[in-house]
Amino acid sequence: MHLEDLADKAAEFRAEEAAVEQEIRVCVAASCQSSGSVEVLAALRQAHPDGDQSCKVKGVGCMGLCSAGPLVAVADKGGELVDSILYRDVTPDDAPDIMGSVRGAPVERLRCPTEQPFFSRQHRIVLENSGIVDPVSFKGYVVAGGYAALLQAIIELTPAEVLHEVTTSGLRGRGGGGYPTGLKWSTVAKMPSGQKYVICNADEGDPGAFMDRAVLESDPHRVLEGMAIAAYAVGANKGFIYVRAEYPLAVERLRTAIRKAKRGGLLGSKIADTEFSFEIEVRLGAGAFVCGEETALMASIEGLRGQPRPRPPYPAESGLWGCPTLINNVETLANIPPIIREGGDWFASIGTERSKGTKVFALAGKIHNTGLIEVPMGTSLRDIIQVIGGGIPEAKAFKAVQTGGPSGGCIPERHLDIPVDYDSLKTLGTMMGSGGMIVMDETSSMVDVARYFMEFCMTESCGKCVPCRAGTQQMYGLLDRVARSQATRADLSLLEELCEVVQATSLCGLGQTAPNPVLSTLRYFRHEYEERLADASARASASRSHQDE
Amino acid sequence: MPLPAIQPNVRVVTLKIDDQDLSAREDETIIEVCRENRIPIPSLCHLDGLSIWGGCRLCVVEMEGQSRLFAACSTRVAEGMRVRTNSERLQRYRRTIIELLFAERNHICSVCVSNGHCELQSLAQGCGVDHVSVPYRQAPYPVDSSHEMFRLDHNRCVLCTRCVRICEEIEGAHTWDIMGRGSDCRVITDLALPWGESETCTSCGKCVQVCPTGALVKQGTSAGEMVKDQQFLPILARRRHAR
Repeated sequence: MHLEDLADKAAEFRAEEAAVEQEIRVCVAASCQSSGSVEVLAALRQAHPDGDQSCKVKGVGCMGLCSAGPLVAVADKGGELVDSILYRDVTPDDAPDIMGSVRGAPVERLRCPTEQPFFSRQHRIVLENSGIVDPVSFKGYVVAGGYAALLQAIIELTPAEVLHEVTTSGLRGRGGGGYPTGLKWSTVAKMPSGQKYVICNADEGDPGAFMDRAVLESDPHRVLEGMAIAAYAVGANKGFIYVRAEYPLAVERLRTAIRKAKRGGLLGSKIADTEFSFEIEVRLGAGAFVCGEETALMASIEGLRGQPRPRPPYPAESGLWGCPTLINNVETLANIPPIIREGGDWFASIGTERSKGTKVFALAGKIHNTGLIEVPMGTSLRDIIQVIGGGIPEAKAFKAVQTGGPSGGCIPERHLDIPVDYDSLKTLGTMMGSGGMIVMDETSSMVDVARYFMEFCMTESCGKCVPCRAGTQQMYGLLDRVARSQATRADLSLLEELCEVVQATSLCGLGQTAPNPVLSTLRYFRHEYEERLADASARASASRSHQDE
Repeated sequence: MPLPAIQPNVRVVTLKIDDQDLSAREDETIIEVCRENRIPIPSLCHLDGLSIWGGCRLCVVEMEGQSRLFAACSTRVAEGMRVRTNSERLQRYRRTIIELLFAERNHICSVCVSNGHCELQSLAQGCGVDHVSVPYRQAPYPVDSSHEMFRLDHNRCVLCTRCVRICEEIEGAHTWDIMGRGSDCRVITDLALPWGESETCTSCGKCVQVCPTGALVKQGTSAGEMVKDQQFLPILARRRHAR
């Protein structure tokens, strides 16, 4: 298939639906499905008058505001989410009303205003198709301009030119580390030619993070396209998507997408009659958090026990089965098609000096608008939480926001004005991470938060290296004592000592960052630890005086 | 690793370890160069002749110009590298790691068959661990005495995986492996069968000889009686290499 053929195909697909003027879009991503959107979709299909060609009912991906699901949008064909009429908390009983409103007045009782900052302040690049195209439809993706970037890359550009665009874009790894994507790609590209692999890391495991799930469920073809472009740039012919088995819907949609893309001639051998061939295989994770670490992930794909190994050698040099391997996160790869389409300079014009583009965040916890947002890098935390997120419910006071999952830390009120980018977050003792943001109000105890994340790290430690295996267990024990007001001052200093050792000596990123939740809560909320200690000593002295009597 | 084959195009580099100027082949790791030059570096999982594991983290060293630490067993030397192996900070970290090991399982030396011949014990003495400041976990672990010649005591195991690696890499049987996660990790024979029922074990005893503690021992040994042959693996590797 060539670019013109793809354009012809898109025109042909568009012609099939020429009569459609309006679309009723029902979110069928995991979150809305769990609140009953499948039934809503069925009810709408039933209410749809037979023979009405001008209105189409379709399932789409995530629209972002998960807390208001099931979401249904009535929009002009191909129209943006912000221009649509959005309905929230829809039940199957509302179907006739919504169907009746298509040419009439909107159903006011279900309205969810799209003028609110949650929608209007977003800048959607990764999620540009999310909530608009049907995730199981190959045609829908092609009509939306999909796979044009892939064909453009392999027909019109050399691998070096693709690398140049990606490097110019300033894109950094969205999995958490923030390693420059262009640099990673060119390292793999520079390795001698031979068997090379591309891996998409979709083993999203941070508590409270669901960005990658939404991308895979809403727009799976975009990830395949990104992988294929990456494979062309680095000289690979085989790709793996390592996705956790806890995402059955994402797995199913990925498999459908791979099958359809192959049938469409956009994956497989000799794509677009060039010498470039690329196959993608889905591999399921078996529920280990550590398999999100790249070396453990590769061991798992190889069929071995999923545990990390020392780096170097880095995967770029010796990865899957000892071959040069490029491994990128879902969101990183989802950024690639627009970068090729619009150019690296366009992407670099968004965001901050050192963090380019946008970032998808998953808002969770004590916040009004729970769900998924995509904002330019450099947006302040206050904007994200107070304006886009709608603030804290029940008139409670904000206390902290946790970013970066079990590897990150908590940010207190006084630092809310910092711009969100890789480097600013690092200076605050946390990290960008994959994009989970857990908001906590005044009722949350920071000691409990630290204990929760330490328990997570303890149970998810693979057990290979001593500091992480035995250290996280000891730290959890000490935090548990603090939480139960049984700890002494000596326990607290031992906890800090262990934090330092585990951070400095652990083998992989999981262990090295496991102390972060403790360190950051100690940094900003030390008094909460001290108060629990004070309890302990007060009670101890009380019982002593009781004995004296 | 098996003794490296002599490659004609391997270069020699010079580096500084603890202010000593040293030369090394560029395919050597820091720990190999240290051992060659009698610079002591503590380690439990590393064993000359087996693949790199990097699990005990006792061999971490500081490198000039780098803020993070490097495991000497898994870091290759490079020209102009400046390494410090024994700073106050490293000594403190190593003591803590050894304390974590002592607290993790039961390592009461006085009743251990390996007392006096135990690598963990001598490391603790060498690193100056005179007490354990972290709380003991006191979790009971089973003992597998089902094998007619050998015994496995999980209470003494430090999960260094020397047994796993020697069984796979030298004996070629792959009887040993690890199951579980985190502190629940255990070494197992076959698919967690009792050792005596293992269908793959050749009873060669290599695992027993390389086990650094009293976890793998000969049947019939009593406190302090289990002496292991330290030279066995290097000799074996050298003979194989010669062939």
